[in-house]
Amino acid sequence: MWQLFVRWFHKWSSPKWFYEMSKPWSFWLGWAALLITTTAIIWGLGFAPVERLQGNSYRIIFIHVPSAFLSEAIYVTIAIAGAIGLIWRIKLAYYVAKICVPLGMSMAFLALATGAIWGKPTWGHWWVWDMRITSMLILLLLYIGLWALHNAMERPESGDRAAAILALVGVVNIPVIKFSVNLVTTLHQPATLKFTEKAPMHISMLIPLLLSILGFYLAFLALMLVRSRIEILRRERKAKWVQQEIEQLGNR
Amino acid sequence: MPFENISEFIAMGGHGLYVWLSYAIAAVVIGYNLISPRMAKKQLYKEHQRKLRREQS
Repeated sequence: MWQLFVRWFHKWSSPKWFYEMSKPWSFWLGWAALLITTTAIIWGLGFAPVERLQGNSYRIIFIHVPSAFLSEAIYVTIAIAGAIGLIWRIKLAYYVAKICVPLGMSMAFLALATGAIWGKPTWGHWWVWDMRITSMLILLLLYIGLWALHNAMERPESGDRAAAILALVGVVNIPVIKFSVNLVTTLHQPATLKFTEKAPMHISMLIPLLLSILGFYLAFLALMLVRSRIEILRRERKAKWVQQEIEQLGNR
Repeated sequence: MPFENISEFIAMGGHGLYVWLSYAIAAVVIGYNLISPRMAKKQLYKEHQRKLRREQS
């Protein structure tokens, strides 16, 4: 069993194998993501009922929550990939960690921006220094730090290692974000979705929200594969098969 | 149905600015994420062509 796992792991950690196998996956994941997200957004914007207290401004939730979830999930992905890279010196893990940074950064930005816009009609302020919002800002700053490290180093390998260490250190911020709304009394409303109890949300709003989250996750997986493949081409360009692959890019 | 007609849908009960601004930012961010891999591919191809030309001359 263990040996089977090791063999599977080795196969997938080979850039060439990954490049070949991920091709159909990114295609189908991408289309599924587009279909599901579009459905969720149309449903959420036009068909979900009006919220009793917040009126229509609550419709921001259908992008706010998915992007916030994703920004955390992507960060954890980066940290795990970075750890794999540091421990087993697997180049592909570093590539994945690197290309996840702009994706996560854009999601953290989107969560903060939509949160600020949602905050204005709901709390009367664009910004408050509450624990949830501040820890999300720290997440965005961590992403910017990772991005800067990747770009500051002359050798990309040094950037990979430095960013992996920063990513691992910054992981402490993730539980802070998660529990900030439950530990401290803040302006930010408590989590809408909980695994342990029934969601305090009507099913007619919950379904489009869950669909939107699913769509965002699928989109992330698709984009992660697409970007990883490009990063493989960029970093392995000395290999012959990579050069052939780059030549074919011009034909498309 | 929460909205009777299209102008009510756009007004969002007075919250139109907030809702549509959020969705517009989301569209820009998602759009950027969709376009940038394409640009990266083009860039990669261009650099490769440049390198080939340099090697020939």
